[in-house]
Amino acid sequence: MIDQLLQTHIIIGVLATGVRLSTPFLLAALGEMFTQRSGVFNLGVEGIMLMGAFSGFWVTLVTGTPMLGILAAIIVGALMGLLMAFVSVTMQAKQGISGIGLYMLGWGLAGFLFRITVGYVTSVEGFRPIAIPILSDIPILGTVLFNHNWMVYFSLLLVPISWVVLFKTTWGLKVRAVGVTPEAADTLGVSVRGIRYACVVIGSIMAGLAGAFLTLGHTNMYGDNLTAGRGFIAVALVYFGRWNPWGILAGSLFFSIVDALQLWVQVLGLDIPYEFAVMAPYVLTVVALAAVSGRIWEPAALGKPFDREA
Amino acid sequence: MKQSIWGKILILIGAVVGALLVGALLLLIAGANPLVAYRAMLIGPLSSRYGITEALVKATPLLLVGLGIVIAFRSGILNIGGEGQMVIGALAGSACALALPDLPGILLLPMTLLSSFLAGAVWGGIPGWLKARLSVNEILSTIMLNSIALQLVTFMLRGPLIDPQEIAYGTGFPQTAQLPEQSWLPRLIPRTRLHWGFVVALLLAGLVYVFLWRTSLGYRMRAVGAQKEAARYGGIQVENSLVLAMALSGGFAGLAGMVEVLGIHHRLLDGISAGYGFSGIVAALFGQLHPLGTIPAAILFGALTLGADMMQRAVEVPAAIVLTIQGLVVLFVVGSDVLMRRPDFLKRLLGKRMMPIPEETSQEEVPS
Repeated sequence: MIDQLLQTHIIIGVLATGVRLSTPFLLAALGEMFTQRSGVFNLGVEGIMLMGAFSGFWVTLVTGTPMLGILAAIIVGALMGLLMAFVSVTMQAKQGISGIGLYMLGWGLAGFLFRITVGYVTSVEGFRPIAIPILSDIPILGTVLFNHNWMVYFSLLLVPISWVVLFKTTWGLKVRAVGVTPEAADTLGVSVRGIRYACVVIGSIMAGLAGAFLTLGHTNMYGDNLTAGRGFIAVALVYFGRWNPWGILAGSLFFSIVDALQLWVQVLGLDIPYEFAVMAPYVLTVVALAAVSGRIWEPAALGKPFDREA
Repeated sequence: MKQSIWGKILILIGAVVGALLVGALLLLIAGANPLVAYRAMLIGPLSSRYGITEALVKATPLLLVGLGIVIAFRSGILNIGGEGQMVIGALAGSACALALPDLPGILLLPMTLLSSFLAGAVWGGIPGWLKARLSVNEILSTIMLNSIALQLVTFMLRGPLIDPQEIAYGTGFPQTAQLPEQSWLPRLIPRTRLHWGFVVALLLAGLVYVFLWRTSLGYRMRAVGAQKEAARYGGIQVENSLVLAMALSGGFAGLAGMVEVLGIHHRLLDGISAGYGFSGIVAALFGQLHPLGTIPAAILFGALTLGADMMQRAVEVPAAIVLTIQGLVVLFVVGSDVLMRRPDFLKRLLGKRMMPIPEETSQEEVPS
């Protein structure tokens, strides 16, 4: 059984699938990192991903242009982000619960809209892999890293970009300040509300893109609950990666390779009950959260609504 | 200044009306007449003995899960794991009933319920312990444990616990054999599905109230929920309190799962939690996180769930609209919560953008 997994082409297959499957984790988790760095805990990522997955799929099905599907996912993500920001920032709601509300809303709405617009199983022409010249000819590494669709490259590029934005720009400094000491940031004339709105919306747009990747860059079809908890795992990855893009990259790759292994175990029909294979990423998430906890730093104002007159 | 009780009720009604208005928009998109739809939804459950009893049948697991949510949230820990705790409880209880088919009902029924409570308590206690000892975010761990529990139960239903008849006939439907008849919860009203589980849930609501507000242990747990550091300073074992709160919360959810099995299905099958783990949160929040407030809230949402089923048949809209409206209710309720805590909030919020309204001409706030 183990020998079967150790054959070279299977290892390459697992790794290549792993790199591809890291995309939704990366997009959603990097976005949620900005949201949480500004002090807002958006637990609705899963719901936004489902809406992004549906809207990307449906617009592509109708127009035949996947890029328009991406645009739709961005718009839908931004709208859901505005809703979350209004409830959590302006109305100062308890964020864990408003996130659950957003999750239920996105889950229900995506299922509802799918049934009234499409209603049957069908597939779209999604994004095709783009082999990067020369690099994709490298043995093993070429297949694993350089033969994916553009969203995979894009999400990997976002890791250094997010790092620069968060740690090397004035705006990034403001985001971090608002997430740690909003009172001090406010005194210095930083708009706490404005930064938080921006970060929640950015995070939600990226969650929408993460969902659209699943329908346009991975399965090419939509099904009820196709995100399968990936949005929640992405939120956990922010903790696991300690609110740092590089940590999130490491965590995303680790999880997506486990996810890929789980898929390959099913494909190869190994003698492990299907349910236990599916369970693996969730068990791993709990273990990972327990492993990194204790000495953990987190944005001091995370989850606390800011009210300058309170 | 705190909002009066009538102000609170008005805000809650506003939250439901707001959610229903957005829902009406969706009905229009789906090509259904919202008036016809909501008529079926709001009048349907009240118009027959079937409707009223079925609403209470649906209110039963909502109330039980909701009571667990009240205990957890009041103790300062968010339990989003009701779904998982329900199915694990139902799994343990069903296994217990199937293992002891010859026991008289008077022993078997309490044993089954107790084992479901304990199993749910363990499944809820794990994230409680992880939170208390390792400060693992309980929302994330409970959600992960939901997925793990669902897979575990599916595995048991396809393998070790599958009904032998399903194998004999080769159908392989994932469900257990029928549980021994003496373990079933008797029907409260003949020829309806309303069972004694509802009465049990009502009694437990009273018990939870007494526990949280009339015992020193309950007082300590609420103190941790209100001000963790102050409670610690006051000599309360915060960690133990968190674990206990999650264990009790999970226990109630586990009990809800088993009550569904013993009262309605009489066997364990897939999908028994039916989203009650999440809608229980809605009911508890709507009941202002008070055990007695959760009773009318659970009945209201039981009726709304049934009404939504009726609406769906009347105007043929996808069932997912129920979940959508529930999500909206959560957003409206938590979004308007600040109005309950600070009645002047809306005025201040609007006042920033408009001219300040003189006190004597200011109009009564209309919550939305």
